[in-house]
Amino acid sequence: MSESTNTIETFANQEYKWGFVTDIEADAIPRGLSEEVVRLISAKKNEPEWLLEWRLKAYRHWLTLTEPTWANVHYPKIDYNDIIYYSSPKSKKDGPKSLDEVDPELLKTYEKLGIPLAERAILAGVAVDAVFDSVSVATTFKEKLKAQGIIFGSFSEAVQEHPDLVRKYLGTVVPASDNFFAALNAAVFSDGSFCYVPKGVRCPMELSTYFRINAKDTGQFERTLIIADEGAYVSYLEGCTAPMRDTNQLHAAVVELVALDNAQIKYSTVQNWYPGDKEGKGGIYNFVTKRGACRGVNSKISWTQVETGSAITWKYPSCLLIGDNSVGEFYSVALTNNYQQADTGTKMIHIGKNTTSTIVSKGISAGHGQNTYRGGVKILKSAAGARNYSQCDSLLLGDKCGAHTFPYLEVKNTSSQVEHEASTSKIGEDQIFYCRQRGISSEDAVSMIVHGFCKEVFRELPMEFAVEAQKLLGVSLEGSVG
Amino acid sequence: MPLLEIKDLHAKVGDREILTGINLAVNPGEVHAIMGPNGSGKSTLAQVLAGRELYVVTAGEVLYDGKDLLGMPPEDRAREGIFLAFQYPVEIPGVSNMYFLKAALNTIRKHQNLEEYDAMDFLNLVREKMKLMEMEQALLNRPVNTGFSGGEKKRNEIFQMAVLEPRLAILDETDSGLDIDALRTVAGGVNALRNPNRSMIVVTHYQRLLNYIVPDFVHVLSQGKIVKSGGKELALELEESGYAGLGIEDEEEAVAKV
Repeated sequence: MSESTNTIETFANQEYKWGFVTDIEADAIPRGLSEEVVRLISAKKNEPEWLLEWRLKAYRHWLTLTEPTWANVHYPKIDYNDIIYYSSPKSKKDGPKSLDEVDPELLKTYEKLGIPLAERAILAGVAVDAVFDSVSVATTFKEKLKAQGIIFGSFSEAVQEHPDLVRKYLGTVVPASDNFFAALNAAVFSDGSFCYVPKGVRCPMELSTYFRINAKDTGQFERTLIIADEGAYVSYLEGCTAPMRDTNQLHAAVVELVALDNAQIKYSTVQNWYPGDKEGKGGIYNFVTKRGACRGVNSKISWTQVETGSAITWKYPSCLLIGDNSVGEFYSVALTNNYQQADTGTKMIHIGKNTTSTIVSKGISAGHGQNTYRGGVKILKSAAGARNYSQCDSLLLGDKCGAHTFPYLEVKNTSSQVEHEASTSKIGEDQIFYCRQRGISSEDAVSMIVHGFCKEVFRELPMEFAVEAQKLLGVSLEGSVG
Repeated sequence: MPLLEIKDLHAKVGDREILTGINLAVNPGEVHAIMGPNGSGKSTLAQVLAGRELYVVTAGEVLYDGKDLLGMPPEDRAREGIFLAFQYPVEIPGVSNMYFLKAALNTIRKHQNLEEYDAMDFLNLVREKMKLMEMEQALLNRPVNTGFSGGEKKRNEIFQMAVLEPRLAILDETDSGLDIDALRTVAGGVNALRNPNRSMIVVTHYQRLLNYIVPDFVHVLSQGKIVKSGGKELALELEESGYAGLGIEDEEEAVAKV
């Protein structure tokens, strides 16, 4: 094997650095799923009757559904009765009221992860909501945001403090019956983030949620709901990690975004769940439903995702472009290494007039990774003058990985324009040698080429996170090129 | 002491022996032309000196500045001042020419314990070298060699050489695919870079290039060996009589006959 092949391999084989376990006492319910479990979760959260009913309805519907098999991913059958559906770090009865009450072990965990939870957060200018296993443990900057009328905090809190808002929007973008995993989430979701930005307010800082799965054999089912009222703007980022375990863990989240007239939501994800080991053992099954509704005129929703983790990713952040002139964007970098599989993409549904959407997807496959782009662009009859541009590029490192592209286009009127471009390239031994002949090491060469490939997407990330994402990509690929 | 000393170098690719005992010494400031028919091993020699792993050295020794060259990985050879102008420059989409060249220059400078260039210094340096090669700014902002014409690629190689200022430059068929105007520009750039401390090995099939880059020595390669060496007049002799005049047949054809 030539040295450049070796570098590709070393690059791909870098270790997962977030795989530690926090030793913390957890309050978990017994394994398995039943109406009782749904009631128990709802009771633990002290939820109003309507929400319990909503959950039960979702659960009953879920029982009638079968797991989807159309995605280009392969995994052993999941036993939904062998999962713990609720686990929370044990603490004072009513949960922490301020950062001082949060278990120091937990704070240490977030510190290790580089999440600025404490007052250090001020420097970072990022408001963080942290979700550990099933519950939200701390929210920073809450008071400062409140002064502007912005509500940001855990979903459970929002249910208690702003039940009308939650009830008005919950399930209106991703109905409880939407799909198998969304229905499961609706039945058992334990926490997540909630954000409401009132009319005309531009949220002054990046909002961020940090998700971490810690407990063994638990599933994480968080639910995020973000509403930008007329003329509002918010930029939101989520990050995720999990300990290294040799069994697979399920993560089935739902994210709903609502943008009213002239509102803008920018939603960025840096997903780094544990991907499993080099032989493909363990890792997170990341089955997530994310959708945004541009309800108002001139509204805009922009998804940016950097997906480097998880054993399996099944995820299609989508936009419903309802308001006239509304804009949907999807920028994605998905990396699969070792035995990771990703089937990811987006759906852009054009309903309003002159709606536009842009899709830029960059898939990187290394090792035995399988990377699938699946995208749907649907232009309804009502969407006169709609435009879409899609670009799907795949980059292969080595010869054991795969890249697949499945674009679906459906156009029902004659005044619309749809463009699709796709490319597949490979980091070649000749490129690496060319760089080395100019003094650049193979590792730097690969990272340079990969970053060049992802540039268009990184540009869309908030500055603070673009740097993080680049580093993460480097780490996730280390050992993959030689 | 010669800058480069090649002793009885043998190399193969797969099972095929291509270099069968090369001996060559290059002193500082000298320009050596390596000529020979197709398949004689000219490009292989260039690639072996640069450290391409496709070629396996089976015997012999190469000393560069007194050090064992063959033991160094390609990037270290580059950092020690060896530059190969590729016959087929490689495209690297997504990475801008500027960014690439700055990364290369700073890696080399770091290795040589020189201060790394900041963006401003680098830009000034690049502007100066651009004039030399009659390069357009636009070419610098484009991805490395991507979508360049054949001539632009070759010009870009010599431009990189001008920026990296190597001690030993190996030019592999730099003239191939160039029209006469482009050839003049490229050769002009190379000549401007000649100095008493810089040695060059110019690999070419045709004598034409040597009208513009006048060598100190000419070597004729056949079947992986240097069969004749001389001054610049040897190239002209070859031009008159062809390789056949030296009793050498085109070796790709020769291989085909076997």
